[in-house]
Parts: sequence; C-alpha cells; structure tokens
Amino acid sequence: MSMKDLGVVGRSVGQRDLESHARGQTAYYEDVHYPRMLHLKMHRSAEPHARIVSVDTSAAEASPGVVCVLTHEDLPGKKVWNGLAAVGVGPEDEPILAFDKVRWRGEPIVAVVGESAEAARAGAAKVKVEYDPLPGVFDVEEAIAGAAPALTAHWPRNHYIYPDDHAAAQIRFGDVEKAFAEADHIVEDKYQTSPIEQAPMETNGCIARPGGDGRITVHTNTQAVHFARDNTAAILDIAPGRLRFLGGTVGGGFGGKVDVAVEPISVLAAMRTGRPVKFKYTREEEMQVSSTRSAWRLYVKDGVMNDGRITARKITSYQDSGAYLRFSSYGSMKHAGHMPGPYTIPNVWVDAHVVFTNRPPSSAMRGFGVMAASFAIEVQMDKVAKTIGMDPWQLRLLNAYRNDDMKAHRKEVEDGAMVETIQAAARLAGKELPAAYQAMTSWDRKAG
Amino acid sequence: MESKLIRLTVNGREEAVVADPLATLQDVLRDSLELTAVKSGCGQGGCGSCSVLVDGELRLSCLTLAERVEGAEITTLEGLNETNAIVPLQQAFVENYAAQCGYCTAGMVMAAKALLDRNPAPSRDEIVEGLSGNLCRCTGFAPIVRAVEQAARALSGEEAS
Repeated sequence: MSMKDLGVVGRSVGQRDLESHARGQTAYYEDVHYPRMLHLKMHRSAEPHARIVSVDTSAAEASPGVVCVLTHEDLPGKKVWNGLAAVGVGPEDEPILAFDKVRWRGEPIVAVVGESAEAARAGAAKVKVEYDPLPGVFDVEEAIAGAAPALTAHWPRNHYIYPDDHAAAQIRFGDVEKAFAEADHIVEDKYQTSPIEQAPMETNGCIARPGGDGRITVHTNTQAVHFARDNTAAILDIAPGRLRFLGGTVGGGFGGKVDVAVEPISVLAAMRTGRPVKFKYTREEEMQVSSTRSAWRLYVKDGVMNDGRITARKITSYQDSGAYLRFSSYGSMKHAGHMPGPYTIPNVWVDAHVVFTNRPPSSAMRGFGVMAASFAIEVQMDKVAKTIGMDPWQLRLLNAYRNDDMKAHRKEVEDGAMVETIQAAARLAGKELPAAYQAMTSWDRKAG
Repeated sequence: MESKLIRLTVNGREEAVVADPLATLQDVLRDSLELTAVKSGCGQGGCGSCSVLVDGELRLSCLTLAERVEGAEITTLEGLNETNAIVPLQQAFVENYAAQCGYCTAGMVMAAKALLDRNPAPSRDEIVEGLSGNLCRCTGFAPIVRAVEQAARALSGEEAS
C-alpha cells in the first residue's frame, strides 16, 4: 500500500456495488434459474423435547410431486456435528436430521424434495412422527440446577464444560472478596437479555446443482462460503474438491447466515436425485427456527468507593445456547473477554457459563457475546452513579481505562481512546463536563 | 391444476407465459421472465421487497395473482433502465449510500417511484409514509429517505443530476 492509497482517510468512498443494487442487477443465490429444479422442505419437530417413537414417511413419499424423502438413515457421513469441530471444538452434539430424540421445537427430522415448493411442502406435512414427550427446560438456572432433564449424554447437567475441565470462561484478577470487604458501597443486580432474530431481508437458502463431472455447484447466501463448503464436505464425507461453492452476495446476514443450515442436506438431495435442488427458508422458518442471538442472564456485583472508583467487579453469566452447542463456547469466551467493560478495575472475577435448554439453538449476531455484556455493564454503571450520587458521565471518565493500565486479562491497554470518546459523546450530546474532566486524557494516569 | 396461458405487458413488452392459474405475479416475473430485481423476502406481503408498479400503482407482486393483471401495464425495476442510462432516482440511491446488502433496494426504488410519480414534491413525512411498506434491515432507513429527498429535488429541476 502506498501513501496515495491512504488518501481515502477522511473522505467518502464510493460503495462498489451500489449502482448494481440500485439497478436491480446484483445476483443473489436464487437469481439463477435451472430447468428441472427441485425444491426441498423440512418436516420439523412439533415438540420441544421428546423421544421419537416412530417416523412414517410413506404418505409423504406417495404425495403428488414428491421425488425423494431423506431421513438420518440416508446420511452417508456424520449423523451429528459441530461447525467448529475442525478446530477442536466439541463434542459434536447436533443431529443433522433428528433420530432418537428432538430437543427443540422446529428441529429438522425429515427432508422432502418435490417438483415444486408446494409439492415439497405438502409432502413434508404428511410425514408422521410419533413422539413420547419429555419434560422440557427453558430457564438457564433451572437447566443446571440438577432436577432438570439432561438434553444429551454429553452434558449431564446441561452445562458446557470447556477443555481442561473449566466450567466457564473465566477471569481471575486481584481479589474481589477482599475489595468488597473494603468498599464503601456494594452495588449488585441481575440482568436478562432476550433471544433476538437477525431477521435478514433474504432468508437462509441455497441451490445445489450436480454437474456431469461428479462435482456439485452450490449457490448459497452463507456469510462464510469456505466454512460452509468444508463443513458440508465433512458432514457428507465427500472430498471438498467435489463441491464448488459460489457466494459472497448476502441479502443481509448479521451473523444469521453462518450456521451451514441448508447446504449439506441440499447437496445430499442433489446427489440423490441428480437434479438441481433449492432449499429456501420461509419467512416463518427464518423467524422461528433459524438461530438467534443468545439470551443471557448476568449477575453483576461491584465494590465502589465514595470518590467513584470501582475497586471490584464480579460477574456470573449464563448464555442460553438452546439445545446444541454451535458456536456458544466461543461466544462466552468473547463475552468474558469483554469484561469488565472499558474500565480499569483492579479486582475482577468472571464466570461465563454456557447452558443448554430446549430452545432453538442460538448463534452469532453482531458483537457475539459482547452486546449482552455491554448492556449489563452500562446499566450497572448508571446504578453505581445513582448509588453514590455521582454524575454518570464523570463516573465513566474516572474509571475509563488509560494507556498502560493492566486489564483484567493481563494485557496492557494500548492506543486507548475511551476518555476522548466519552468527551466527544458529551460534546455531541450537549453535556457540560467540569474542567477537570474535560482535561482528562488516555495518558493522564501515567503522567499524574 | 391445469396450466394456462397468461398474457402480460411488462416493461412495455407483450409477454405470454404458461403458468398455474394461481401463480403469483412475483413467480411469473422472477421464474418465467427472469426479472430478478423483484425479490422475495417473505412471500406474505410483509416486507415490500417484491414491489412493482401495476398501472402506476405500487403493488406487492407476491400477493398479486398474475392472471388478475392481464391487460395492465406492469413495471419492474428493470423497466427503469430500458435505455441502460441510470435514472436520477437510482443515482440518488447511489449518492446517498441508500443500500448496503441491496436486497430491499428494488422494492424501495419502486415505492419511491410510485410516490414521486403522484407527488413530485413530497414532504419528509410523506416520503416516510410512501416507504412505510418496505423494510430494510441494514441502513436504518435515513439514507433512503435522503435519497428520495434528493431525487425529488432533481426531478423538480432544482438540482442537476
């Protein structure tokens, strides 16, 4: 990169694909047309937690226009998987198509492929699943309390255990209990966030098309095209070189298109039928069964001095992973990594747990794990300010980290700009700060 | 159900397609005529991504039976560029960064066109009202409203574009 290329700093730069969007020329995955294309629809679990007694696909197979019906017995490779298995995350706990049990309402059980979307939908509706319902658990603390039914054999207490037997993503820095004993005030509260659907305008989908050379071309709107290809190959136990994934144009993702939700089963259906197969989530599927941002519960306890210094922060949080792991262990690590917020606090204790419940599996969404942390921390900061009768802007400026401060993760702050950011926000909001607070900088702790 | 011949006037051209009598205008435009600027975000009239003009009126093509608009003038986004020149309304979207993923853009442009065709100098509130049936999940809407404001100025000759 030359200095000339850096001339864009401070200037507006044209967005390369804007004219294509404005003309309607941008090609999304479903803007290709193939003759004889089939459509795939999923028969999904009607129960949040149940043993599967029997699955009867005969009526679906006999339904007009149905070409092929796929159950777990048709899977040539893996029966259960985790998207991060290739980098050592596990165990693989999520069925590609449910077999002995269902663990959330909406879990895929049988794929039905038809000559039209309507034929596939009608066929999928005729699959008969007999359930033996089990008690469900929908609250993270009830799930791990001991009395709740275990969702899988991997997690007898529905509680994810990190490698090396860690029960949570943890931070241990200083001595919070000693600091609480010496603090002028203790401020503690409980916080809860909700699952949030990314709700992209374009729902999850792909088209898998077999070619004459034994390769399969997949038009997909995944946010992670190589990741989706490698996982599809691993799930189906075929060489990645047989799969040609075309993507990169995503009609909104926000983290909601990284789960490899549609490609493996579509490729299998294309291999079975020798015909192009399209699997597009309906809007209802996108809202009801695609993964959401996780719901989090957090307990935050702060030790605070009369002058506004926060001397200790202790956080216990529970991420509701839903029925399966997906990327939740990574999410809780990012969550813990965000603690204790952009503040220098000398004593920090964090346990960030991943918990399984009979809710739809959760996954990435903008700021994976971070948004729930920021929500709780910033509401907590306002409560601290109110408790000690201090202006909340001043409380944040006083505690904001400075360059060279040691963070709870034992990494020194570099290129910190939290103080200047708060000051800039105050100016924009018309908030008057006292001279001493206006004079603060990200370097003043060292200087002062 | 037996297929039937449906005759449509789309972007000024006479088209004849063989389709199910219950085929939606969206299906016919996308699948038979390959006018893929028409998007399908929900298939239930909730998002506006499939918006087209039927005799100048904004319509959701996913809720319109193709057979019912035989004889009408149908305009899709592609119809704005018959001469390949970008039109001021589209240019305003480009200059105001009024799209990110682009999936809602065709519907937005058509909703804006329907509005400006009947009200060339809309107020900000009228623009918001005119776009109220179209969802966007990326931009937060503000750049889209600015684009329509700019297009209105350009069309009224206040500003060359």
